Amino acid sequence: MSALGKDPATFYNEFVKGIWKENPIFVQVLGMCPMLAVTNSAINAVAMGGATFFVLVGSSLLVSLLRKAIPKQVRITTYIIIIATFVTVADFTLQALAPAVHKELGAFIALIVVNCLILGRQEAFASKAPLRLALADAVGMAGGFALALLSLGSVREVLGSGSLFGFSLFGPRFEPWVVMILPPGGFIMLGLLLLVFGWAKERRARRAAVELGEAGAGGPAGRGGR
Amino acid sequence: MSAKGHDSGDAAPKGLVLRSGPHLASGMDTPTLMRDVIIALLPLVVAAGYHFGAPALLVLLTATVGSMLTEWLFRRGEGTLLDFSALLTGLILGLTLPPALPLWMALVGALAAVGLGKLAFGGLGFNLFNPALVGRAFLQAAFPTALTTWRPAGRPFFEIPASTFAPPLLSVRAPDALTTATPLSRMKFDHKATDLSSLMWGSVAGSLGETSGLLIIIGGLFLAARRAFDVRIPIAILLSVAALSGAFYLAGPDKYPDPLFMLSSGGLLFGAVYMATDPVTSPLAPRGAWIFGAGIGVLVVLIRLFGGLPEGVMYAILLMNAASPLIERVSQPRPFGRAREGKKDAAS
Repeated sequence: MSALGKDPATFYNEFVKGIWKENPIFVQVLGMCPMLAVTNSAINAVAMGGATFFVLVGSSLLVSLLRKAIPKQVRITTYIIIIATFVTVADFTLQALAPAVHKELGAFIALIVVNCLILGRQEAFASKAPLRLALADAVGMAGGFALALLSLGSVREVLGSGSLFGFSLFGPRFEPWVVMILPPGGFIMLGLLLLVFGWAKERRARRAAVELGEAGAGGPAGRGGR
Repeated sequence: MSAKGHDSGDAAPKGLVLRSGPHLASGMDTPTLMRDVIIALLPLVVAAGYHFGAPALLVLLTATVGSMLTEWLFRRGEGTLLDFSALLTGLILGLTLPPALPLWMALVGALAAVGLGKLAFGGLGFNLFNPALVGRAFLQAAFPTALTTWRPAGRPFFEIPASTFAPPLLSVRAPDALTTATPLSRMKFDHKATDLSSLMWGSVAGSLGETSGLLIIIGGLFLAARRAFDVRIPIAILLSVAALSGAFYLAGPDKYPDPLFMLSSGGLLFGAVYMATDPVTSPLAPRGAWIFGAGIGVLVVLIRLFGGLPEGVMYAILLMNAASPLIERVSQPRPFGRAREGKKDAAS
């Protein structure tokens, strides 16, 4: 979809849009299931973000390479098979390298197959873009996703356990906010992060509108900053 | 009424103001209503100070100031602070908290109550749940230990427990801290009843505002006389609790507490008078008010007798708050001259 956007389709633009302008979590609100389920600690968030990164970049590359060979009628099936292959690789790798984290994440590693973000990027971008741009898009989107997971995971771990990546921050007398490592804490914190993101976006849009009004001679002068 | 071709704006003689209905103002506006409830709460504040001393008043002050600060922070320049709703939310929240709660937790609760419970929905009138209860439920979920640590009533006024001034994010668990059980947990876990006179007078352990049954009843009568709330809701709650717990008591008098104890212990009276009657989060239609109150009563009895927690008023009210729009839909009064639902064929 962004190939049709205002920005020219350069490597840099495709990369940056996933991090900020079209951040999969904060702007597109995709992939909520892993976002809420595995972000009760920063280390889980990093593992999930890493696995998703690997799967998205790998399958985007493959889909982009094969985009002329995949018949239109069976493209979704093909994407899913490609994604599932990478998920299996990620699953076994994680199991071998970090069994504890793998156990913690449980079924959510396997569920990356049905993460709408990944299938969405194949259908919307990788299947129509050359390899270079597909790579930029996948890295940007997966990076944005991982950053969002990390920010939520860090906040929840700091408040819910008083630690970050397992290191205690406040000493033994810390009173844990039990709710933060439970599902309701995930919903509440995600809502607050979306609120901050929306607020920042609105503020920037308002500033841009004011500047536009001041720059354009004869146009309606900035219609009240607030 | 209006003749053809007459534009009311042009046709009206000078000085004559045409307005659409309603034409009678009741004189009851939001600040007045809020002020009435605050007046009805003042005796409870005094009682909290009398029974639980200075730490209780500090908790109340923190919750109230915290709520007003939150409202001011997010609604600067909109004047919503002057409708007293944030003050009332903070006051009610404070009255539902335990006396020795660390003050920073009361502040977090106030932030959650006004920020999460009210402003996130769009401000007063748009909130789905009672804001004070959202704040309390958040605290209960976040700090379950601190919220169920009860300081006994009747300690010296200026004796301040170590936990009150715990530094933010930390807790102080003094080994010699004075704690005791509320009447409801004594009943649930030790099967010991508390006599009615101390439940009415308030010299038992519990949240700040919930212990003095008598003062709550007086406050409720005052509000009823001022027509500040729908009396159907507290009556429905009390009746359904009495009926259901009475039935259980008759079935097994040595297993279940008697209805009078159920009515006068815990947060039931406080919840019925001050929290369930919030006009924003309860149904307006008379029939709906009965359903709403009865639902709360049934849930309270079920949670208290069969749930894991000794007290269930908070969750009962929050659950019925969630059901309130639905109740409102099915309990709309039938307009005069309109056929009953489902009998449309007969009318047409």
